Amino acid sequence: MKLTVDPIGCRGHGLCADLLPEVVRLDEWGYPVLANGPLPPELAAEARRAAAACPALALRLRKA
Amino acid sequence: MSILPPHRLDLAGHRRRNGVVPWVAYHGDDGRDRLVEAVEAAGLRGRGGGGFPTAVKLRAARSRRSIVVANGCEGDPLSRKDAALLTLAPHLVLDGLQLAAHAVGATETVLCVHAGSPVLPSVTAALAERDDHVPVRIAEVPRRYVASEESALVHYLTSGDARPLGKEPRPAERGVRGRPTLVDNVETLAQLASVVLLGPHHYRAARTDLVTVTGAVRQPGVVELPAGPSLTAVLAAAGGETEPVQAVLVGGYGGTWTTDLRLGLSGIPAVYALPASACGLEYTAKVLAFLAAESARQCGPCMFGLPSIAADFAELVRGGPSVHRLAHRLPLLTGRGACAHPDGAARLAASALRTFGADVTTHQAGGRCRVLEGVA
Ligand code: SF4
Ligand code: SF4
Repeated sequence: MKLTVDPIGCRGHGLCADLLPEVVRLDEWGYPVLANGPLPPELAAEARRAAAACPALALRLRKA
Repeated sequence: MSILPPHRLDLAGHRRRNGVVPWVAYHGDDGRDRLVEAVEAAGLRGRGGGGFPTAVKLRAARSRRSIVVANGCEGDPLSRKDAALLTLAPHLVLDGLQLAAHAVGATETVLCVHAGSPVLPSVTAALAERDDHVPVRIAEVPRRYVASEESALVHYLTSGDARPLGKEPRPAERGVRGRPTLVDNVETLAQLASVVLLGPHHYRAARTDLVTVTGAVRQPGVVELPAGPSLTAVLAAAGGETEPVQAVLVGGYGGTWTTDLRLGLSGIPAVYALPASACGLEYTAKVLAFLAAESARQCGPCMFGLPSIAADFAELVRGGPSVHRLAHRLPLLTGRGACAHPDGAARLAASALRTFGADVTTHQAGGRCRVLEGVA
């Protein structure tokens, strides 16, 4: 699984960094920076929840 | 064969010089296959900057209802090669456009140029002389740097909004009005016509590159050289240096500074030769300010990041301590926009810090460099 951000959709709410701090940090402007590489499998359920919570539907989980 | 003639060729002149496309040889489905195979054998790659193999793109966009878009927008202020082609050799581009349309089975083609572009009269006159199988429409795209990006053109032709759409879906799958779309730079199309007019093997031996040369050269403008020229050869073709050149910006505003003139170029649309008497950091700061203003303001890292690094550079030129901020910010911009605009700006800024490292130190030390001191 791989987490991606749609850069046009993302409004920089920063919710994803709260919900998934292991993989998402925010840059100085409040936009998410994702950790490199595939998503650790133990975080899959949390990642799914974070993607569903993104108000802009910009955070997405894909099969890598 | 050179693709750029010394003066404009009308249809008769073009045919005398370059010949007529042998359409019968490419008739029907087998013919389409042969055409794509010829492009593959010629080793043709896109000339819009991406360098992607043209045959692969042709195969991907093949369908009975596709659209071919010729990109003649040339957003980079340092590049003039597409304008030169459309002004001097419009029929070579249009032959290429018809061949591409045939290869992918397109029913419609669009030639995109910037609104009010000086190439319009040449292109309009050329179209009036032809009796093409697939209709060609001219679209005047808003004059903006990112409007010439592939997905921005597709977006504009579909909805009238010239902002980039992002990487998915690829235009070959779902492009203009949802149809499979092939977007090719106009030089790529002219090269495609040359492949057919010369034959792939002759083309391979004779192929050339167009490069726009500006800065400290005697005859700034578009030069044509055997493919893959060195920077030395490119500067010589533009009449040689007017004064010592300290570095060359390779690839236009989103390009890279280098001091190695032996460097071989391939698919590079534009170079700028910085004279020894100018400040590379100052020039870069101006370009970054331009690129920041040209962001389509859709993606956070581009909308906020580009003005930040442009301000950092302006501060660096004035002697401020912004280099540390830049070291932290530049790696953050790459790959985080929906198009490659922020990547180009970050690449330019990083290469300026590398290439003009000594000037960075003097600026920081006193806010003045050798240029301001008059030492250069
Ligand atoms: S929650 Fe969604 S909109 Fe907010 S920063 Fe994360 S990806 Fe962007
Ligand atoms: S990266 Fe910049 S120029 Fe490209 S789509 Fe996003 S905001 Fe627009």
